[in-house]
Amino acid sequence: MRRFITFLGMTLYYIFLALPLLWMLSMSFKTTDEILSIRSFIPQTFTLQNYQAIFTDDFWRSAFVNSLVYVFINTIITLIVSLPAAYAFSRYKFRGDHHLFFWLLTNRMAPGAIFVLPFVQLYGREGLGLFDTHWAVALAHTLFSIPLAVWILEGFMSGIPKAIDETAYVDGYSFPGFFFKIFMPLIAPGIGVAAFFSFMFSWVEVIMASSLTRTDARPLAVALTASLGAEGWDWGLIAAVGVLTLIPGAVLIYFVRNNLAKGFALGRV
Amino acid sequence: MKQVNQRAWFFLIPALAVMAVNAFIPFMTVINYSFIDKFPGLPSLWLGLENYRNVWQDDLFTGALARQFIFSFVILVIQVPLGILVALGMPKKGIGATTSLITIGLPLLIPWQVVGIIWRVFVRDDLGLVPVIFDQFNYNYDASLKPFDAWATVVVMDVWHWTPLIALLCYSGLNAIPDAYFQAARIDGASRWKTFWVVTLPRLRSVLTIGILLRFMDSFRIYIEPFVVTGGGPGNATSFLSDVVVTEAIAFNFGPAAAMSLVYFYIILIISYVFFQVLTNVGSDSTPVQEA
Repeated sequence: MRRFITFLGMTLYYIFLALPLLWMLSMSFKTTDEILSIRSFIPQTFTLQNYQAIFTDDFWRSAFVNSLVYVFINTIITLIVSLPAAYAFSRYKFRGDHHLFFWLLTNRMAPGAIFVLPFVQLYGREGLGLFDTHWAVALAHTLFSIPLAVWILEGFMSGIPKAIDETAYVDGYSFPGFFFKIFMPLIAPGIGVAAFFSFMFSWVEVIMASSLTRTDARPLAVALTASLGAEGWDWGLIAAVGVLTLIPGAVLIYFVRNNLAKGFALGRV
Repeated sequence: MKQVNQRAWFFLIPALAVMAVNAFIPFMTVINYSFIDKFPGLPSLWLGLENYRNVWQDDLFTGALARQFIFSFVILVIQVPLGILVALGMPKKGIGATTSLITIGLPLLIPWQVVGIIWRVFVRDDLGLVPVIFDQFNYNYDASLKPFDAWATVVVMDVWHWTPLIALLCYSGLNAIPDAYFQAARIDGASRWKTFWVVTLPRLRSVLTIGILLRFMDSFRIYIEPFVVTGGGPGNATSFLSDVVVTEAIAFNFGPAAAMSLVYFYIILIISYVFFQVLTNVGSDSTPVQEA
């Protein structure tokens, strides 16, 4: 009986998750005329024209590449600066450590929509001169990704006994040798999870990405808005772009699934 | 034991350098704006605290603030228990575990604007599935005219979008609990319900802390999804804080917009701090199952 209720509940939840996605998937194989006239899950006249339109258009292809490039840069920068920071928080006590740890997280609380204005100035010609480059978006996104990555990595590192560090020194390892050869493999799942979250929050963010780019580094979500022509919304095309934005996420989650399952249970037993 | 060592700062330099550029400079700029009357092309005028006084007299802001509190409260009350339940129901191994992880993780990895578009085409009067379903039950669903329908749509969309985060965090938290704990509870003859409260939930505290904090701050900052789905309407029914502040900023009222966003930021900060303190301290000295 209990198993039946669990099964039923989970099935209903999966249907709830899948239904809006399947509706978009089905729309992406229809013509816009059909979308507006007949409502059914199965396309009456199955068509690939929406996908064809996307793959043959440089506008869409470059937008896809742009999004992937800045997300990738963001993930790398985040990991490089977060690993030592998380190590400091997990291994040392120092003046103001608790406050600093919480302060890092407060940066995720700033309402993004507003801090956009100073960001545009900061990255603009009078500031860092990075406007409309992948670096601008990648760096801006570290505002959200570094705090979270430090928080996650600190949890994993705290789960590794300090005795490991000391044994390594006794065995004659230098600090970098210890860190790269012994410590990093031990927290590999944590690195996977931190990378997952950096990727995720950078891939889904729209406001900063759209304000810091114009044409050269235009991300996918912005291209979507820019594609809305005078003749209104081309629903089939929009649905197809939506479907394509799911793919990088699905691939990523497939690769990190074991890390996710085994635990980003922070500060584990 | 952690050692006291100021060498730690050396490890923090890269992260702090990036954060200083990214966080500190824009933040100072916004503080600066909040005290002046700034309009592009005109000399700025020092206003002192006037922008802040106006924030509280702005009905649009206070109205949106009230809706924002209700929204975040509803979201947390639904998503946290539902997320825990889903995590408990997910298969632990095999192909079932892989497929359910991917299905559940998918909504998290969709650009937020696309989330809005998915729900917009799902509920729209002229091309959505939802109005057709409600027709079967003789209910005339219309998110563009009925405030209740619009609210329900935004809440259900957020539940769809973000419950997976709580579920994934709890799922990994559950997998990290050693079996010995559950065996001990079984030997002691604890009921399922008791086991959940005494063994499972305390062990999920750290994942739930970050889950609840993330959910609170992100739901309080929600902008793009309701903007795409309902446009804040009908009327102001689903217009949340970010929407009001952005409207102000787009109209080049940088001073008032900056003051609003700082008030907004401190509300999030204070509540998050309270959550953080409560969640890290509650029940931390009453773990009934001792480590062996």
